[in-house]
Amino acid sequence: MYDFSQLTQAIHLFLVQHLNSSSVAIVELVLVGLLFLTMYAILGLTLVYMERKVCAFIQNRLGPNRVGPLGLLQTVADLIKLLFKELLMVKKADKFLFNLAPFIVVIASMMTIGALPFAKGFQAIDLNIGLFYIISITSLGVLGILLAGWSSNSKYSLLGALRSGAQIISYELSVSLSLLSIIMFTGSMQLSVIVESQANGWWIFKGHIPVFISFLIFLIASTAETNRGPFDIAEAESELTAGFHTEYSGIKFAFFFLAEYMNMFLSAALAATVFLGGWMPFHVSGFEGLNQVMDFIPPIVWFFGKTFTLIYVIMLFKWTFPRLRVDQLLTLEWKYLLPINLVNTIVIAFVVVMGWYF
Amino acid sequence: MTGKVNKREILVEQNDEYIINMGPQHPSTHGVLRFELSLKGETVQRVVPHCGYIHRGIEKMCEANTYRQIIHLTDRMDYLSAHMNNEALSLCVEKALEIEIPQRAKIIRTILAELSRIGSHQLWWAAFGMDMGALTTFFYGMRDREMILDIFEETCGSRLLHSYICPGGLMHDVHPDFVPRIKEFITYFRNKLPEYDRLLSGNVIFTTRSKGIGKLSYEQAINYGVTGPSGRGSGFSCDVRIHQPYSAYDLVEVNEQLRTEGDVYSRYMLRIDEMWESMRIIEQLIELLPEDGFTAKMKPVLKLPAGSYYQRVETARGELGIYLISDNEKSPARLKFRSPNFSNLFVMDLLSKGHKIADLVAISGSLDLVIPDIDR
Repeated sequence: MYDFSQLTQAIHLFLVQHLNSSSVAIVELVLVGLLFLTMYAILGLTLVYMERKVCAFIQNRLGPNRVGPLGLLQTVADLIKLLFKELLMVKKADKFLFNLAPFIVVIASMMTIGALPFAKGFQAIDLNIGLFYIISITSLGVLGILLAGWSSNSKYSLLGALRSGAQIISYELSVSLSLLSIIMFTGSMQLSVIVESQANGWWIFKGHIPVFISFLIFLIASTAETNRGPFDIAEAESELTAGFHTEYSGIKFAFFFLAEYMNMFLSAALAATVFLGGWMPFHVSGFEGLNQVMDFIPPIVWFFGKTFTLIYVIMLFKWTFPRLRVDQLLTLEWKYLLPINLVNTIVIAFVVVMGWYF
Repeated sequence: MTGKVNKREILVEQNDEYIINMGPQHPSTHGVLRFELSLKGETVQRVVPHCGYIHRGIEKMCEANTYRQIIHLTDRMDYLSAHMNNEALSLCVEKALEIEIPQRAKIIRTILAELSRIGSHQLWWAAFGMDMGALTTFFYGMRDREMILDIFEETCGSRLLHSYICPGGLMHDVHPDFVPRIKEFITYFRNKLPEYDRLLSGNVIFTTRSKGIGKLSYEQAINYGVTGPSGRGSGFSCDVRIHQPYSAYDLVEVNEQLRTEGDVYSRYMLRIDEMWESMRIIEQLIELLPEDGFTAKMKPVLKLPAGSYYQRVETARGELGIYLISDNEKSPARLKFRSPNFSNLFVMDLLSKGHKIADLVAISGSLDLVIPDIDR
């Protein structure tokens, strides 16, 4: 039921009948690329719209409600405005790196999306080192941010970029360690295997308290890794005006903006996949009736439902908390999250060896 | 007299330090103020405030205007305490002319002053939250301030620059809805003020960021002449409403709010306490409001007897002093404003030395600077 691999297999067979093998590969690559780029754009626009509505809801406002029904076209209008804006260039900026930086950031966020399992068979590439791939690609984004800060020839940008570098490199540790706990349970880094292993119950329920702690740490650390409030010290509007993207305008600014939202989506999607079962429906072993009802809901709804719930939580963080100071941010990671996480990892290793999980 | 331009001491590039100009266009200076920061990494070594970007020469303009016209200029100094500024000049003129104004006018003046104090603190709270990165506070503060501005609009037709209190009393009598609307506001805001605490004061990130930051000791507060909530946060008892009661403050019980820690958090909590206190004062005053008489009989042209006069009032930011020299003309020979913000600004260097940039923003927010009042 609801298996995307049947659909993709049918398309593949149809192409094989009519074209030679190298043309088939090219056509399939183009199709997949187009599909994922479109999805990327639509997700970006949706997230910006959602952020504005959630923020308006918290702040006693209405949010966008003029352009299109319920203001749905507002983000499209903003995007068009940004496309037509002049691309300003700072004097004495390093032109090549200045232009390169936004692309690195946006490509890093784009590359990860193909490895995510959206539903059964709905995954561009199912790498056997899927989790490792995603962690390493997300760390590439910081390179773009550092380049942006360095090449802008502005002290505000440089400060923002350095803060961002320190922050992302620190929180990367916590993110990887909390994902390691699930890798120990499943014994695999392949995302489809991790999802399949949760058919009888999600890891957050199966793995007791240690996994729940991992999940919380992952949520905090990945929020910090995406440079979002209350950890948005890299852009810190009231201190550094706009941090590393102070000097960017037009579509290049939009790239940074888009990459931030897509990284948020990625963090939430990864948390949903690894801890909350990805596209797996909610199953309780023994209750067959309930399980069948849950199976009736398509996996893609499950996946996006979980992801957007987590995104809503991450947005709540931003709009209710004040910003941390840079030293407090690093203290939180190195003195609290990392030691807790290390101990937690040992506990999980013990749990796995003894088989004390469902 | 010939002017001499001294070459300024160059602060840059000593001991690996570098300079950042914060302002004149910067989100957290709340206007056109420029801080020249000398930084070592993220740590602030020196702060040199540069003011004058919004200097309009109000003191000089006063010398060419009549006393009734000057009222409109005082609005433009500390625009969030416009009623208090008007009151200060009016009191000074009345003191010179030895006029006793009706009780009703006195009480209405005091009520309006306390209302603008609450409104000013609400806006400060909103903007301070923004400085700390909590963006939602801005809309909460603005929402509640709207009710106060509506009362002002109904009373004097204007929301920000009122020019309502004038020498001799008030421009005209208040709207019939004045008292019920204030009562409605107080019941509303009594319920809403705890929300401020829930959103920001109790937050663990906020407390760790504000406690122990920007310590101003009791002696330093007196030496630098830091008045108002910023001075009282260091334990400096400087409330003019108590030490030298004017208008109707001697009729009611006013409790001076004092805290001794002198850090950002104590200045923050002190303003929250002041909002509670102002509501208590307004409630007492409303009970005392007599029926009629909003202005004393005044001459059409005001000429102050020759001599010098000084009057001080407590605005939302501290002590506003007006020093007036008259030579029996229609306009003053010299008018000097001792504005609270000008004195409060210059502790910035003292407070933020050795702290991070983020703390500097918090400290300047906690001093509650209004730039047009610094430059005048």
